[in-house]
Amino acid sequence: MVMGWFAGDGDDFRLLGTRCSTCASVFFPREDVHCRHPGCAGGDLQEVALSRRGRIWSYTDSRYRPPSPYVTDSELPWEPYALIAVELESERMVVLGQAAPGVTVADLAVGMEVEVVPGVLHEDAETIWTTWHWRPTGVAV
Amino acid sequence: MTGDVAVLGAGMHPWGKWGRGFVEYGVAAARAALADAGLEWRQVGSIVGADTVRGGYPGYVAGATFAKALGWQGARVTSLYAACASGAQAISTARAQILSGLADVVLVVGADAAPKGFFRPAGGDRPDDPDWLRFRVLGATNPTYFGLYARRRMAVHGDTLEDFAQVKVKNAALGALNANARYRKPVTAQEVAASPVVADPLRLLDICATSDGGAALVLSSMEFARRHGVAEPVRVRAVSTVTPRYPNPVLDLPDIATDSAVAVKPAAETFRASIARTAYEEAGIGAEDLSLAEVYDLSTALELQWYEDLGLCGEGEGAKLLRDGETAPGGRIPVNMSGGLASFGEAVPAQAVAQVCEVTWQLRGQAGDRQVAGARVGITANQGLFGHGSAVIAVR
Repeated sequence: MVMGWFAGDGDDFRLLGTRCSTCASVFFPREDVHCRHPGCAGGDLQEVALSRRGRIWSYTDSRYRPPSPYVTDSELPWEPYALIAVELESERMVVLGQAAPGVTVADLAVGMEVEVVPGVLHEDAETIWTTWHWRPTGVAV
Repeated sequence: MTGDVAVLGAGMHPWGKWGRGFVEYGVAAARAALADAGLEWRQVGSIVGADTVRGGYPGYVAGATFAKALGWQGARVTSLYAACASGAQAISTARAQILSGLADVVLVVGADAAPKGFFRPAGGDRPDDPDWLRFRVLGATNPTYFGLYARRRMAVHGDTLEDFAQVKVKNAALGALNANARYRKPVTAQEVAASPVVADPLRLLDICATSDGGAALVLSSMEFARRHGVAEPVRVRAVSTVTPRYPNPVLDLPDIATDSAVAVKPAAETFRASIARTAYEEAGIGAEDLSLAEVYDLSTALELQWYEDLGLCGEGEGAKLLRDGETAPGGRIPVNMSGGLASFGEAVPAQAVAQVCEVTWQLRGQAGDRQVAGARVGITANQGLFGHGSAVIAVR
């Protein structure tokens, strides 16, 4: 559905963005066409791996089933998941993502350190749709 | 800036879940605004419609749709879309036509028949649309963003769930006094606390509903108003439609990430604050001159944020301003005397127009039981998806 937003396995798993070769601005989701810094003449946009760890800017959850195009199995009871917005220090940006399965809002606090881990968005008979999750550091897989 | 335009007429169709088409609401609001102005539709030289979506097809037709329903009469026509800021852009377009001499009288109309439940993007696989992406990849609904902002306020400023609930209590009490509001029952803090959590920490009664509704304005040149016998009309003095500035460091709807601040230091001022400042500068007035404000309370917590962004108080002092009663009737700066979106719900293309209708009635002294005594200056504030600012300042 979206290509080139993340790569790697285990401890090597990273979100992928792009970086402008002229002004060093970082973009996620990746920006492959033009640098969005209004004062930059624009350079090559090169793929860059984002920091693996960051700190929670804020968090919430989704107690009701989101509508399409989010894909859920309406036959199954709705299981809320948490969403975490994470500040990445080096990139000076905030990236939103779902929390790893089993992590609830009760486990979270603003400022807490989290790391990016591979996850599954959903799966059907043909495909496993992978994604990224945020997980508090020090929590076992 | 370039001068005032007159608000000759304001009209609404009551908001609710009426189950009819948006054209009906818009035409009813338009006829009410024309009657309020004492004008015939044929005297209107231009119509500007804020777009809605019709049957899944982006309705880039609103101006013409309303014009056809009112009866084709050869007026200049404009249709435009800016999500929740559509109404402000419609007012801005009408003002530009009046000030440039292209039109003497312009009818501005916004109306919608909103779907039940969460707003969602149009169908199909559209990974080039950030709004589609945030649903598809994260399931991030609008209330989840409201929850993020609310939790952030709690962590940074020490706001409490009780503070949030008191915004609903205030706005529901005002909505109960407004015949155009959808929800007309007072609400208690206990009722807010007993409502189900939608997006932690926000509950159902912290979050605005989706509604059907319509609102319209008749705007004219000051010269036309005088010829029409209205010597001292309510005047639109500023319309702010600015974008954010790069890098925007706040995670805004519908984005998955903020801009990176690696290359450029973010402005000290937030996007929402810049919307208001631009309006103040254009009007040549400040927050201290305001009699009232209508702000975009998608959630209770967001109303507190607007207090700070409008400069009604310092950063982090929004909850204190509320607790001190300053934004309630009789306070220093009453906010959302209409009852706000808490009482109306969202009818996207209509709501920024509806805010100006309320300010107009307040400045004329026609707001009945919810009247702010001696109101002279009002501001509206709103924010449209994808970076559309929206604020209007009107004076008497």
